Amino acid sequence: MTTVETGRVTTGAPPSGAVGASARRPDGGPKVRGEFSFSGDLWSDGMVWGATLRSPHASARIRAIDVSAALAIPGVITVVTADDVPGSKFYGLEHRDQPVFAWELVRYAGEPVAAVAADHPETARRALAAIEVDYELTEPVLDPEVALAGEPLHPDGNVFRELWVRKGDPDVRGEFVVEGTYELGMQDQAFMGPEAGLASPADDGGIDLVVSTQWLHNDRDQIAECLALAPEKVRLTLGGVGGAFGAREDVSLQIHASLLASVTGRPVKMVYSREESFLGHVHRHPGRLWMRHSADRDGKIVSYEARIVLDGGAYRSSSYHVVANAACFSAGPYNTPNAVVVGFGVRTNNPPCGAMRGFGAVQVCFAHEAQMDRLADAIGMDRIELRILNAMAPGDTLLTGQIITGALPVADVIRATAALPMPPAASSDPMARPGGAGRTTDATDVVRATGFAVGFKNLMYAEGYDDDSHAACRIEGGVVTITCAAAEVGQGFVTLCQQFGREILGVDDVVVAPADTSIGSAGSTSASRQTMMSGGAVEKACRLVRAQIVEQVAASSGADPDHLAFAEGRVVSVEGPVAVAVDLAELTAEHPYEAMARHQHRTTYPLDADGQGDAHVSMACAAHRAVVDVDPELGLVRVVQLATAQDVGKVLNPTAALGQIEGGIAQGVGLATMEEIILVDGKPRNPSFTDYLIPTALDMPEVAVEWIEVPEPDAPFGAKGIGEPPVISSTPAVVAAIRAATGRPLVRVPVRPTDIVGLTS
Amino acid sequence: MTSPYVLTVNGTDRTVEDAWLGESLLYVLRERLGLPGSKAGCEQGECGSCSVELDGELVCSCLVLSASAVGTRIVTVEGLQPERGEFTDVQQAFVDEGAVKCGFCTPGLIMAVHDLLDRRPEPSDLEVREAISGNLCRCTGYGRVFAAVEAAVAIRRAGSGVEATT
Repeated sequence: MTTVETGRVTTGAPPSGAVGASARRPDGGPKVRGEFSFSGDLWSDGMVWGATLRSPHASARIRAIDVSAALAIPGVITVVTADDVPGSKFYGLEHRDQPVFAWELVRYAGEPVAAVAADHPETARRALAAIEVDYELTEPVLDPEVALAGEPLHPDGNVFRELWVRKGDPDVRGEFVVEGTYELGMQDQAFMGPEAGLASPADDGGIDLVVSTQWLHNDRDQIAECLALAPEKVRLTLGGVGGAFGAREDVSLQIHASLLASVTGRPVKMVYSREESFLGHVHRHPGRLWMRHSADRDGKIVSYEARIVLDGGAYRSSSYHVVANAACFSAGPYNTPNAVVVGFGVRTNNPPCGAMRGFGAVQVCFAHEAQMDRLADAIGMDRIELRILNAMAPGDTLLTGQIITGALPVADVIRATAALPMPPAASSDPMARPGGAGRTTDATDVVRATGFAVGFKNLMYAEGYDDDSHAACRIEGGVVTITCAAAEVGQGFVTLCQQFGREILGVDDVVVAPADTSIGSAGSTSASRQTMMSGGAVEKACRLVRAQIVEQVAASSGADPDHLAFAEGRVVSVEGPVAVAVDLAELTAEHPYEAMARHQHRTTYPLDADGQGDAHVSMACAAHRAVVDVDPELGLVRVVQLATAQDVGKVLNPTAALGQIEGGIAQGVGLATMEEIILVDGKPRNPSFTDYLIPTALDMPEVAVEWIEVPEPDAPFGAKGIGEPPVISSTPAVVAAIRAATGRPLVRVPVRPTDIVGLTS
Repeated sequence: MTSPYVLTVNGTDRTVEDAWLGESLLYVLRERLGLPGSKAGCEQGECGSCSVELDGELVCSCLVLSASAVGTRIVTVEGLQPERGEFTDVQQAFVDEGAVKCGFCTPGLIMAVHDLLDRRPEPSDLEVREAISGNLCRCTGYGRVFAAVEAAVAIRRAGSGVEATT
């Protein structure tokens, strides 16, 4: 185990930028100098600006669209609607149920209706205002419970998924029973760099698109379908991505920009404003969850029942699989012998919801951790002891009946989190009080309290999806080049590529080529999967190149291949009678070595009618302890400290890992205390950073981290994906602490000042 | 369209032609003067990604009408380092301490930290937090940014000022 104390890496880092070292990002220099090119920074000769017209109504029939006034504006080049889409008029991440442009019905506020291309963004804005859409308003269905029983809002119906998970005996009960209903508001990913891209018409009739996305190949296929082009005629290159967190898994402007480029014959740049970004990507599913647990006198969980309703909004996106994660992991990382769970993903006229960091596990963790506290209190047990008593371990079974075969050190993360040092006593500085210096909190009113939570989720895709990633490695003149289509969205995959190349081939110079669709798919940067999937492909490709070189050097020198090592740019013999010292730059100057690799995880299987099956590959867990200062009279909260121990498999880069954990905690604190898209009549009322608040540097607590290193089988260097666990149990830990400070039930996040002072039930 | 006007950016006079009067300084820097280092994250002065210096004052360039900046000295992130390929002490600290992830907020943070350390070479923890609280970051949770500020303070304390690296 490596210990990190409050923000300071104390481990001795390995030399060089290899695996285990805090290697610096290859893009760090350009980014600090403002020279790194984000997808909104692109420019091309003859370029025009694209913009999208969106429905202001959550539910309406379109009687007519008149674009003539817009077309008459000088500088407007074209206006496109559904009539201009040459191929499929529908797209969608997993299921094509969303119109490229609405033409008969609009099903959510913000749904695209038309797009324009113009010589200036201001001209484009005026053109949008000049398009006349004749809407006949219809009553939106905004409550998922109403939608479940109501008339279909779409030919595909209103239930994206109804998933039952049944385990053990449904009728057995323990002596102590607790139940509760919990709610989560709609969180936004709120990445900093709004959606942007530059689409250019190509000489072969195809499209070249540079765009910020999480999955180049999936975007490519959807664009090709809608533009009626062969997939190979749609070439995507990853533009600089300003964060993602799930919001770039679905197509936003990709098809619109490509269509405008195709129609105008000119390069088209599209950049969303912050408001349009809020309207133009999916959000985290809001949810309403009922849970009932029972346990025996010793604290062992006996039974568990749950009903989980997630509002998927108007189109399916990834709702089908979010429901699976929510249902499968809804009991938390605790042994639960008897369970009946039903999860629903429901279509409504609210904005579409899909992937966000934590993907279903966040919603259920908020509920199951509140339940664990209630259960411990009902029995009269220590809350942490109850969690340790029921903690899962390898060999135990999930709710789905699947036996855990990889690492899952649940009890270890709980114990390690509980043992981390507590923060110092409250500062006397008014700035450090809840609400900051501008508020009126009196130091004597502030209550400090602690909360604890544990969460887990699966890593990589599930339920039989044939997940893979491709990568290439080439060494020439001693310089290694790694090529992979994995989307670098900030998480540090490019650093990992360099570290793997250095570790395996013993050279310093590792170049990461731009990510594009000229190589096979790397899959999505989601589900904590790129370290394991594309990292696995990069590792394999590097090892294939290494094997070629070993074979060559062994043959030419007579050395035993097993005696050869790669270090400091040379192949050397570390034992045996033959002395070898081959300079890799010389060896590969005339004759480059290269290899391509494909990585797949082991096969998973669909869930059966009872939600049983080996549907998941790997799991990861974490625990969080939150310390908060609360003013119960003013309803103000300051989160003082988050302590966490996380199951990471193996730390590949301590600084980068710490950053992922701190960043995830910030988003968890945000969901607990401030982040929610407010909907009125289905319309987002706060689509701006003035009104949708995310944690600032003043809101961010001190963070204490310990990572638990139990190598994961079949993962590169034993490393697990680490991006999601920090955001799963940090939210319930913070809310548990606020409950402890206030004595209020606080069954909804974000916790609002009115909840704390008791003005809401 | 306006008459041509001249902006003094990073020590150089730049003529802006054929511009619309309503354009922000951020738009003109990015789209007309080839300086996309300043980022458009919210265009309403909340996120700080577009921070530049105007006559030595840190401002959100999205809130400055471009034509109103005539006669001021504008410094953008591209103007901080003396030569391409070099780092300022703050830039070096951000790279070394892992304060950069997606990097979209980074240019604004670099400007804000320079502004802070030029005014307060030894800021307290709360002063650092307050100084960068107008710069939203969604990736890092600010932890490595605090570490970078600490490292930059140490570099300045050691008296090395601007460091050239390869």
